[in-house]
Amino acid sequence: MVSREGRNVKDVSTKIKDSAGDRLFVIFIYVGLSLITLSILYPLIYIVSSSLSSPLAVTSGRVWLWPVDVTLDGYKAVLGSSKVIMGYANSLFYTVFGTIIAVTLTVLLAYPLSRKSFFGRTFLMFFILFTMLFSGGLIPEYLVVQNLGMVDTRWALLIPKAIAVWQVIIARTFFQTSIPEELVEASEMDGCSDLRFLWSVVIPLAKPIIAVLVLMYAIMQWNSYFDALIYLKSEALYPLQLVLRNILILNTDASSLMSASEMMERQQLAELMKYSLIVVASLPVLIIYPFVQKYFMQGMLIGSVKG
Amino acid sequence: MKATQTSGLSPALQKRSIASQARRSWKKHWQFYLLVLPPVLYFIIFKYIPMFGAIIAFKDYNVVQGVMGSPWAGFKYFEMFFSNPQAWTLIKNTFLLSLYGVLVSFPLPILLALALNEVRVRAFKRTVQMVTYAPYFISTVVLVSMMMLLLAPRLGIFNNLLNVFGVESINFLGESELFRSIFVWSDAWQNTGYAAVIYLAALAGINPALYEAAKVDGASRIQKILYIDLPGILPAASIILILSVGSLMAIGFEKVYLLQNPMNLETSEVLATYVYKIGLLNANFSFATAVGLFNSVVNLILLIAVNIIARRVTGNSLW
Repeated sequence: MVSREGRNVKDVSTKIKDSAGDRLFVIFIYVGLSLITLSILYPLIYIVSSSLSSPLAVTSGRVWLWPVDVTLDGYKAVLGSSKVIMGYANSLFYTVFGTIIAVTLTVLLAYPLSRKSFFGRTFLMFFILFTMLFSGGLIPEYLVVQNLGMVDTRWALLIPKAIAVWQVIIARTFFQTSIPEELVEASEMDGCSDLRFLWSVVIPLAKPIIAVLVLMYAIMQWNSYFDALIYLKSEALYPLQLVLRNILILNTDASSLMSASEMMERQQLAELMKYSLIVVASLPVLIIYPFVQKYFMQGMLIGSVKG
Repeated sequence: MKATQTSGLSPALQKRSIASQARRSWKKHWQFYLLVLPPVLYFIIFKYIPMFGAIIAFKDYNVVQGVMGSPWAGFKYFEMFFSNPQAWTLIKNTFLLSLYGVLVSFPLPILLALALNEVRVRAFKRTVQMVTYAPYFISTVVLVSMMMLLLAPRLGIFNNLLNVFGVESINFLGESELFRSIFVWSDAWQNTGYAAVIYLAALAGINPALYEAAKVDGASRIQKILYIDLPGILPAASIILILSVGSLMAIGFEKVYLLQNPMNLETSEVLATYVYKIGLLNANFSFATAVGLFNSVVNLILLIAVNIIARRVTGNSLW
């Protein structure tokens, strides 16, 4: 709202002519921003183009911007690999259940924290914020997870990193600013219990913030690899990111993913597969990004109103 | 608020009123207390118990006797760490990498937001924002994989480009002098657009009357930025600066670890990666915890110090 008003006023005021210096400054800004945008876009386009080009074109360095000799061989090889498919399925599992757990816990904590009449909220807030400032460290955290018997189980990826403090702050700020005090009072007059109020008034009103939380936690889960690296031993449980790391970064021969019928051009196809693999792994996020970008901005903005 | 309510009362009465407040709140909100129980348990189990568990830094931890039963070792593991010449390299690497990171990643989002704020063509603004925001969604593993492909010595596009200009190929990730720059600038590539959103929000909240007044007074665009925009985002900027300095020593383990290779280890080995290797790969729990604890404490001290400085200088602070 504020920004729209601001823009209108500024639009009016630009009717006073800009000085030469100002015009030069504006040109400088447009050029600068264009260069930045291109430098961010180029690597992304290059990766996608390479993944669609023939193995020979990629390995001989003929791809600069657009795909050369378009082929889907890389994708066929990647999607035909059981490791990749299993990683995908695992990541899907972790993302769905991890997000459900995380969002539920976050709302349970954030809503009471937003109510002024909830005794102990200041202390509780400090109790939570302190974990942002100081931590026991990797090893003690690992020992706790180990003692709970979660090592090498799916729980290790769902529970130990379930709540993010920053997300709690965002949700609390939203509840504070957008659930009107009058509603609370009215419901209290009617003898509505807290639980009932949360379930039938707050949650329906909180759809925007719940959407934001779902997105943020889902992306976090989909992209994380470190917990899997330290807690999982069985390859059958590996999320996609860990499969990716083993193939792309540790350079485990990518051709080990291929069937014997693809032995020809093995080396080159292995190189091509890396590009396809990157695209395939980012695809879910890439597809939803244009639709959810707005919500992400919302989330950031809500969270930044009051720290 | 609480202070003003009770300030007129004697300490004894205050205490009683707090107790009665708690009782009243419990009666009214007992359901809330049940609701927050699972998340509070989460924080106790996964955050506070590990803080307590960090005492194994002062013990000869062994699995059989556990955290409590293991014999005390005093400062043995700290002494062991600091008497190792590698310790100072690790501290230096961690600190330099983080400092370089803050110096680059703190001002860039501010510049981007200020520039975007000057753009009047909405489609252009939306495009720039959408593109600069996108890399944030790429996972660390994918980002590092991309870098390895793009920076590869033989087939990477960067070296192909250098070759076109007649420059010899460089093994970017194998040069230890280049490691810090590669790490920091790829971070900037990934996060600048996302980080700029907070500043854009702060800029949108500035009172438009200020711009009008400035225009009437004949201020140039640069003057408007200096005297209206910058003061307008100062509170947000100081909070973000405090937080990023506070995590100076907590440099993202994930990306450093992925980018590491034997050739760049000289500058890329940081405290966090060292803790992982010593602790989890070599099972030297007590020693690794001591190193990690040292890291956490330095972090906390930095955060407190910067918070005090920021409060004195700008009047904004975390607490």
